[in-house]
Amino acid sequence: MSKFLKILAPASAGTASVLTLAYVLADQFVVDMPAPARVSFVAAANAQETEAPAPTAETVAQANAEPPAPARDGGYGLGREALPEEIAAWDIDIRPDGQGLPVGSGDVWTGEEVFVEKCASCHGDFGEAVGRWPQLAGGQGTLERKDPVKTIGSYWPYLSTVWDYVHRAMPFGDAQSLTPDEVYAITAYLLYLNNIVEDDFELSNESFAEVEMPNAEGFKPDDRPETELTAFSGEACMEGCKDEVEITMRAAVLDVTPGSDEGDADVEDTAIEVEEQAAAQPADAEPAEEAVAGDQPTAPEDAAVAGEADKASVEGADAEAAPAEAVVEASAGPDPELVAAGERVFKKCAACHQVGDNAKNRSGPQLNGIVGRTAGTVEGFRYSGALEEAGADGLVWDHESLAGFLADPRAYLKGTKMSFAGLRSDEDITAITAFLEAQGE
Amino acid sequence: MSRPADMDDKRTPSMSKDPAPSRRGFLTGALAAGGAIAGSRVAAQSPDPAITELQPWMQYLGDGVDARPYGTPSQYEAHVIRRNVEWLTADPVSSVNFTPLHELDGIITPNGLCFERHHAGIAEVDPTAHRLMINGLVDKPLVFTMQDLMRFPRENRVYFLECAANSGMEWAGAQLNGCQYTHGMIHNVMYTGVPLRLLLEEAGVKTNGKWIMPEGADASAMTRSIPIEKAMDDCLVAFKMNGEALRPEQGYPVRLVVPGWEGNMWIKWLRRIEVGDQPWHHREETSKYTDLLDNGIARRFTWEMDAKSVITNPSPQAPILHSKGPTVLTGVAWSGRGTIPRVDVTLDGGKNWHEARMSGPSFDKSMHRFYFEFDWDGKPLLLQSRTHDSTGYVQPTKNDLRAIRGENSIYHNNGIQTWHVNERGEAENVEVS
Ligand code: HEC
Ligand code: HEC
Repeated sequence: MSKFLKILAPASAGTASVLTLAYVLADQFVVDMPAPARVSFVAAANAQETEAPAPTAETVAQANAEPPAPARDGGYGLGREALPEEIAAWDIDIRPDGQGLPVGSGDVWTGEEVFVEKCASCHGDFGEAVGRWPQLAGGQGTLERKDPVKTIGSYWPYLSTVWDYVHRAMPFGDAQSLTPDEVYAITAYLLYLNNIVEDDFELSNESFAEVEMPNAEGFKPDDRPETELTAFSGEACMEGCKDEVEITMRAAVLDVTPGSDEGDADVEDTAIEVEEQAAAQPADAEPAEEAVAGDQPTAPEDAAVAGEADKASVEGADAEAAPAEAVVEASAGPDPELVAAGERVFKKCAACHQVGDNAKNRSGPQLNGIVGRTAGTVEGFRYSGALEEAGADGLVWDHESLAGFLADPRAYLKGTKMSFAGLRSDEDITAITAFLEAQGE
Repeated sequence: MSRPADMDDKRTPSMSKDPAPSRRGFLTGALAAGGAIAGSRVAAQSPDPAITELQPWMQYLGDGVDARPYGTPSQYEAHVIRRNVEWLTADPVSSVNFTPLHELDGIITPNGLCFERHHAGIAEVDPTAHRLMINGLVDKPLVFTMQDLMRFPRENRVYFLECAANSGMEWAGAQLNGCQYTHGMIHNVMYTGVPLRLLLEEAGVKTNGKWIMPEGADASAMTRSIPIEKAMDDCLVAFKMNGEALRPEQGYPVRLVVPGWEGNMWIKWLRRIEVGDQPWHHREETSKYTDLLDNGIARRFTWEMDAKSVITNPSPQAPILHSKGPTVLTGVAWSGRGTIPRVDVTLDGGKNWHEARMSGPSFDKSMHRFYFEFDWDGKPLLLQSRTHDSTGYVQPTKNDLRAIRGENSIYHNNGIQTWHVNERGEAENVEVS
């Protein structure tokens, strides 16, 4: 241990009286060591012998050891009392014991109807998930294996969490639009999809307490203090710690780094959400070439861009230009610069829509040849009643109707299930329309 | 494997049309000049045009003071931006992007580069229509306007905020090439805010009030349960970061600061704090932010962020651009349990370790900066950093962690990171025995 370290007595992470701790905290304050003179490998190893200057008044003053912001007896008298109506408007969350649940009920079959209408475009008719949206059902028995599937049925310990989250956050992009009865019904359907209740089940604020979640016992408190903190504390080896060192794994083998040349791995199946994605196993993903050649688009946003994405990304620095050129050749219509701008705007749509060769219906219909087509007529896509009717009434997607729809989908077409806030700038709308126009059938 | 220098070349053009010199340009420039070897300074073959030719900025006038009323970085820094990994998420609205750690120095993250993670997009909150409510087990449920909050005494504190899923992509092995992606779900800024304790005392917490539940105003229904001890200890209700108003993507006009604890708890767009006698077990503390172990049992309430460090330069996005000789290695370290008195660095994959030099202020639960200067001999390197925190904890290897937790826990991966640097100075994310 160097002298430098001796002045750094391990600090107690004390939280009480900051004032009395101030003296001690000064110790834990790390002082800059002077930059060592240029040293070789060997000399660098000895850098720890360098003397550190004693803490000075200035450096100590920087430590977090100042007096806390003062409290005042009886408070500051600021703010005002909340009214009961205000509390009722915001305090709608639910607890495991059911505290907060409103009176109401809903059965499995009603739940199915609402779910198919309002949730299935992302989560699938049976909660199996469309694309990379979250999966809500299945996965029982997978928690101990590689790539566990965590769903309401396999993982969630409390039913209250389902009710609470759906009620406050879903459908995605239209939060808090469901009535309590709808939430009871959807929750009943989700339980049914997870084999937790029979199809004649009705969930209500009363039957709520009877439901037992399969993984209720699957959690324990943070035990790092016992299992890890001591094990990972103490002296650390500094010299001759290993005889041999070998590289056991390289990121380049499966390069999924954005912008890397090899193309992206096919993570379609494993990627659900950021945190879930962390579980995607590099070893499981296909070799990069296969992923690129496969018919499933890889990174959907790239693939959606005119089907040229794979080539473009291999071509490196021209990635930006290539797809746009391809598009222009195909149509010779709209201004190429506008199309290129529209391609960038399309990133906002690409989570739900595809265009180009092999475009498939995702949570939204594929959009090839959409300009000039009657609304609600892509084969195999299940539209909302609202959009279907609009099409039947003669709505055709042209510059004007697209502009109206894309600026504010739900205002333009009440009841549409496109959960998209809308494009704010007219420029974006003109550009995206040009881009869509450039997509053939 | 792509040359990291190329990776940047390719990305830069899509980000800006600026005449930024490419990294490849830097690299060839450096090589052409022959590099510098310790003690053997090179002689110039011909006069340097950077000196002999008149550059435009030496001759012509630049923009006046009003051209940039809110200053932005030089056009030559246009590649220094947050980046995301598009395949990670279904939708950019519920997604994450990453802080470019390899482009930064010191300990403070500039506001525009702080990584973003939101679950329902960036809420654009009008501060005059924003309220903070405290209700539940309190003597007086209260409502505060932003103006009310500004009348409480404030504190200034530097803290790191790390997403519990930072490095989560690396549990099963080396996957992403760049510390921006492997470690960039962290930022470190100075907050100005009111101690949460003062607001809770204003409402008067009842004796059975053991937990609080902060809630955000955005469409994601973000709520977490926090024990009252933490709430009364060092949490802040903050409205400024690095001296200016919070950025919208960081919770403007007001967010919760929960020092040392996982980023998800630092509720943005904070609109309500409920006091209760038990935890709520909401979605973000059951479905998410629980750590599934090998045996199928999950840890819950794993709030504290363990001590962690990473070498930011050299790293895959920041290769060594010169040849042999004096080389600056640098990185950052932090702990949710205190300060960082010491970081060790190895150049040979952990056979021998050297103590790094700490520089810059050392604050509790803040990022710390370390340096290690050495003469590179031009041979491959296996770089690692290993931090110690003020409790005596030493950063474990990834395999140490896997032995206890398995590979499915997603969150809290604080294992030691290895970069392999080849003869050309290019770095790659690897794991070693
Ligand atoms: C536009 C796509 C979309 C629609 C429509 C939608 N959801 Fe979601 N859902 C999401 C996304 C995205 C998330 C994850 C949000 C996040 O990142 O926090 C999610 C999360 C969920 C979760 C939590 C999943 C987990 O594992 O934590 C549940 C439960 C859920 N949704 C239920 C519903 C229900 C019920 C409906 C219909 C009322 C619905 N969703 C409609 C996109 C959607
Ligand atoms: C969150 C998913 C989502 C996003 C994002 C999204 N859409 Fe949609 N879109 C849908 C769904 C679902 C429908 C079907 C709507 C219905 O049936 O009411 C749809 C319908 C459409 C239609 C009508 C299709 C037809 O066949 O009549 C157009 C045009 C369209 N979207 C364009 C866009 C564009 C352009 C963007 C981006 C600026 C976009 N959408 C973003 C989900 C989305």
